[in-house]
Amino acid sequence: MNVGIVGYGVYIPRYRIKVEEIAKIWGEDPERIKRGLMVEEKSVPAPDEDTATIAVEAARNAVKRAGIDPQEIGAIYVGSESHPYAVKPTATIVAEAIEATPRLTAADFEFACKAGTAGIQTCIGAVEAGMMKYGMAIGADTAQGAPGDPLEYTAAAGGGAFIVGKNNGESLAMVEGTYSYTTDTPDFWRREMRPYPKHGGRFTGKPAYFKHVISAAHGLLRQLKFTPQDFTYAVFHQPNGKFPLQAAAELGFSKEQVLPGLLTPKIGNTYSGASLIGLASVLDQARPGDRVLVVSFGSGAGSDAFSMVVKDAIEEKRDRAPKVVDYVNTKAYVDYSTYAKYRKLLVR
Amino acid sequence: MAVPRFWREIPSRYNLIGTRCGNCNQVHFPPRYLCPNCRRVGKLEPYKLKPRGKVISYTVVHVAAEGFEDQVPYVLAIVELEDGPRITAQVTDCGPDEVRIGDEVEIVFRRMGQEGEEGVLYYGYKCKKVS
Amino acid sequence: MRDVAIIGVGLTKFGELWDVSFRQMMIEAGARALEDAKIDGKQIDAMYVGNMSAGQFIRQEHISSLIADHAGLVPIPSTRVEGACASGGLALRQAVIAVASGIHDFVVAAGIEKMTDILSGQATGALATAADQEWEVFVGATFPALYALMARRHMYEFGTTEEQMAMVAVKNHQNACLNPCAQYHTKITVDSVLKSPPVTLPLKLLDCSPITDGAACVILAPAEKARKFTDTPILVAGTGQASDSISLHSRASLTSLRAAREAAKMAYKASGIEPKDVDLAEVHDCFTIAEIIAIEDLGFCKKGEGGKVTQEGETAIGGRIPVNTSGGLKGKGHPVGATGIAQAAEIVQQLRGEAGKRQVKGAEIGLTHNVGGSGGTAVVHIFRRGD
Ligand SMILES: [Zn+2]
Repeated sequence: MNVGIVGYGVYIPRYRIKVEEIAKIWGEDPERIKRGLMVEEKSVPAPDEDTATIAVEAARNAVKRAGIDPQEIGAIYVGSESHPYAVKPTATIVAEAIEATPRLTAADFEFACKAGTAGIQTCIGAVEAGMMKYGMAIGADTAQGAPGDPLEYTAAAGGGAFIVGKNNGESLAMVEGTYSYTTDTPDFWRREMRPYPKHGGRFTGKPAYFKHVISAAHGLLRQLKFTPQDFTYAVFHQPNGKFPLQAAAELGFSKEQVLPGLLTPKIGNTYSGASLIGLASVLDQARPGDRVLVVSFGSGAGSDAFSMVVKDAIEEKRDRAPKVVDYVNTKAYVDYSTYAKYRKLLVR
Repeated sequence: MAVPRFWREIPSRYNLIGTRCGNCNQVHFPPRYLCPNCRRVGKLEPYKLKPRGKVISYTVVHVAAEGFEDQVPYVLAIVELEDGPRITAQVTDCGPDEVRIGDEVEIVFRRMGQEGEEGVLYYGYKCKKVS
Repeated sequence: MRDVAIIGVGLTKFGELWDVSFRQMMIEAGARALEDAKIDGKQIDAMYVGNMSAGQFIRQEHISSLIADHAGLVPIPSTRVEGACASGGLALRQAVIAVASGIHDFVVAAGIEKMTDILSGQATGALATAADQEWEVFVGATFPALYALMARRHMYEFGTTEEQMAMVAVKNHQNACLNPCAQYHTKITVDSVLKSPPVTLPLKLLDCSPITDGAACVILAPAEKARKFTDTPILVAGTGQASDSISLHSRASLTSLRAAREAAKMAYKASGIEPKDVDLAEVHDCFTIAEIIAIEDLGFCKKGEGGKVTQEGETAIGGRIPVNTSGGLKGKGHPVGATGIAQAAEIVQQLRGEAGKRQVKGAEIGLTHNVGGSGGTAVVHIFRRGD
């Protein structure tokens, strides 16, 4: 494999709601929920934000960091489960907003929370095959959780954009390998015309998240003949704060390897954005030579695992756009009623 | 707003594409089709304006324009962009008391409205205070 | 060019006229004007009607024909003139030009708007079409918001206060109480203006002119024939009109309307009259800040001192330069297309000495200032007694 990451960017909305604020409405014990999910607060999109605006801001940051001419981007794939349109691509909005049109291909992906990493794999294939110089993959969501559902504590908004190119001096990380693990496991779904997803409760854990994340990680480690000790950082899909740490422990990774890429406690689960924002957070602080494992998870179910080695270009490109921490720390709290209005749970 | 009417202005709405006169160098936003200084001698070409500026005046809107009702109170400002032209734009992600004349702002990409519940979505520029 | 005189004026009551239709209003104002001029309808040669948006307010275009028909004036030429809230002033100017040129002798200049057949929110949306749809309204601007942007900048540059703006509303309501045609006959206080609900800050509800139904009409004649109809013909001493960018943000200044300054310059020059000679003025106070800017643009005070001279009572009846003795758009009401004509009617009544309790003593010269949109169009007329 001879591809790398040329640029990356994220976007996280400014508003937050605390677990306490949601628990108060439903008569639940916030401390128990915070302990159980390891989440303190989650991001909330402003009323004028959606997956398209989040994807655009992340994509613009990625282009800034890459320092490339957007006209050289040959593909834009936007992975989300909250595309603003049921039919009409988000990817064309992004393409136009970063001035990549018209000589490119574009499409929207959907695979629960892993559509973004599926986009990266598609870009890797296209760049490796010489079809295009650069490909951009975005994972972004304004995740929906039904009022009163446990998902409401975590369903958040945010996105990450990655630009894939040949592995050369331009790349800030080299992709060493990728491995996917996919089965038909209905742990979480949303039917046509329904506003909120349904899930299988505890069934989302062992047979879904853990089985796929661990199998994909194992598969990649086997393929590349690596052990957990070969990695400086490991990023796992993070539906809550607890699952990724449990998966890491089962795989033999330490907390120290996982925490730099674990954002859920502070911003919630950004769905398609989650593993990409985690990876971006690691790249924001990694040094050249560091090896990073990334394992996404999408309900339904599947996991994509990647191994990357950070390269020298990171030092020069890192500061060209806002970092994950900048977005995490720029926040304003809303109460439940404001949140309900912003999320259109209240309609006049 | 009809779909073609929104669609044909997408470059300006998404990316602040205005015009510059090759004859007198004046930058215009929104784009013009005739340079007001040079008239037919002017040579207008597309020009991408830098997405930064400062607040020249502002108002806190309590009685909203159609389609903006759910956002009240919202701040609407006249912003002078670094390239010279002024635009009217909403200041987003801020409370009604947070904007002052002279504040530095940057342009962000936001949802501007929709053509009813079933129609197309409009996207475009708003501004946000630079922290 | 011939001198032009106004020989008759007529207005409907201004307000929420639920039981009166568009065509009924126009006929009422027209009949009053003809009666006032003591002229027979058969002598009228042409008609110009100012109307902003019958299409939006009552879904009726082609009102020039409609009105000529119902006025029993077919087949005379009838023309609708549109310049947003300046439509009436523009219709008057077209009528003046038609008479001055010698093409027509007796010409009707009318203005009308029927605004309450739609909900007030829809009316606000209709008014907003006078702003730039693509680059102002699309981004969330309302009409009051544009004037609020001017107000905020005026406060910033000149220290104008919300109290001073409120004083414009207080004065104009006071004047309206003396005008039988006015929409409001209620006195308000600075405090009630300041405490009225926010519309688009710094403008509050009582800083804004209301939504109004109304029609107004004046009859023009060549000055040399005017005496046959009246002992006090009022001469149109000067007319001026100018344009500017439709969008506020494209203009060099937010605190002065160039179109108004240019229109005033043109009218002052044509009449040989200077600001200091003017005894009273009807200005376009669609919002309180608009009157403050207007009196500066018209040269009645120094730039930036509009708030101060208002506070000092200089624009009240009995002051140095009484402004909006009719109650203005704020107190009398603002049926947009009718406003420019109604302003002229007020000046005519004042110069004739027929303004009753609001009469400005010894008034000889009056001025009207009518603005379209946030300042994209302005028209100024200067009138003097012709006896
Ligand atoms: Zn030029």
